[in-house]
Amino acid sequence: MRRWLFLIPLLLALLAMTAIVQAQEGNPDFPSDDDVNVIAKQLYCPVCPNTPLDVCETQACQDWRDEIRGQLAAGWTEAQILNYFVEQYGERVLAEPRRQGFTSLVWLLPVILTLLGLYVLTRILKSWKIAQARAPAFEVESPPIPPETLAKIEEEVEDMW
Amino acid sequence: MTEQTTNPALTPVPLAEKTSIRLQIARIVAFLVVAGLLALLGWGLMKNQKGQVSSGMAPDFELTNFDGETIRLSDLRGQVVVINFWASWCTTCREEAAYLERTWRKYKDRGVFFIGVDYVDTREKALAYIAEFDITYFNGPDVGTEISQKYNIQGVPETFYVAKNGELRGVKIGPLFPPELDNVIIDLLAEPYPGG
Repeated sequence: MRRWLFLIPLLLALLAMTAIVQAQEGNPDFPSDDDVNVIAKQLYCPVCPNTPLDVCETQACQDWRDEIRGQLAAGWTEAQILNYFVEQYGERVLAEPRRQGFTSLVWLLPVILTLLGLYVLTRILKSWKIAQARAPAFEVESPPIPPETLAKIEEEVEDMW
Repeated sequence: MTEQTTNPALTPVPLAEKTSIRLQIARIVAFLVVAGLLALLGWGLMKNQKGQVSSGMAPDFELTNFDGETIRLSDLRGQVVVINFWASWCTTCREEAAYLERTWRKYKDRGVFFIGVDYVDTREKALAYIAEFDITYFNGPDVGTEISQKYNIQGVPETFYVAKNGELRGVKIGPLFPPELDNVIIDLLAEPYPGG
């Protein structure tokens, strides 16, 4: 029994070395599904509109996720991967359009329209205010109708019936 | 007595009139913006519902194959061209793959050119598909999905037939089965072409 005891430090040393090697190599589980999905959820496959890549179950989307996994394992950054997908499949694969060039209109247009709407609203409110200020503050009294005229009108109305 | 004359240009515009003019301009601008947005929306809807291009001149494009060689459709005038959109993930594409390759081998020396456009695919899977079906005709990825957008494809497989003069002679949606591709090619080869 005692002669096997010398193996214990040897085994411990072996375990420690394995741990060191693993730590040097980084996380052996990388890239995990979560790592892949961080990027996948920023993409939409053109084959499956309205379904983000991270939850899409088609074969095309599965292939794309495998591609992302491979690129992450090869040390690509998130920006590099997204650029690659835009180059290969067009800008429409991005969940959020880029804030540059023509697509920046997607971001600018709502702001421009809101400002324009506020401007028009202000102008309308101002014009109403002006119209209100010009309106007479009291009713203008009409001159009294002489009794003889009133009698004549009544007479004519009765004749009509 | 002197008659007083006033220059109409110097007459100050009343405040109410100024406000009214500005309001009119604002209304016109708002109307134009809304009309522009509606036109954009309508154009998008129309484009989506238009379907594939199937007549007129075939939209021109350049395609670089998986080996790095580039061709341009307009350079193939005088030949019958078959453009097939496919993808490795497309199960129905598999149904026609062997027939396409067989037909290509049958007609390749008779003035017929086949182009495979790989749609929304990954390179590795596409090359595996090409190897699996031993595809030898010109095949390349649709980089940026530019070609598929030009032809407004709705899915894969879709096959477009181009006559010798560069005009589109129809589109087949879905997989091809014998002898439909043969029949189309025979008809298109029979069309006269100056100098051909």
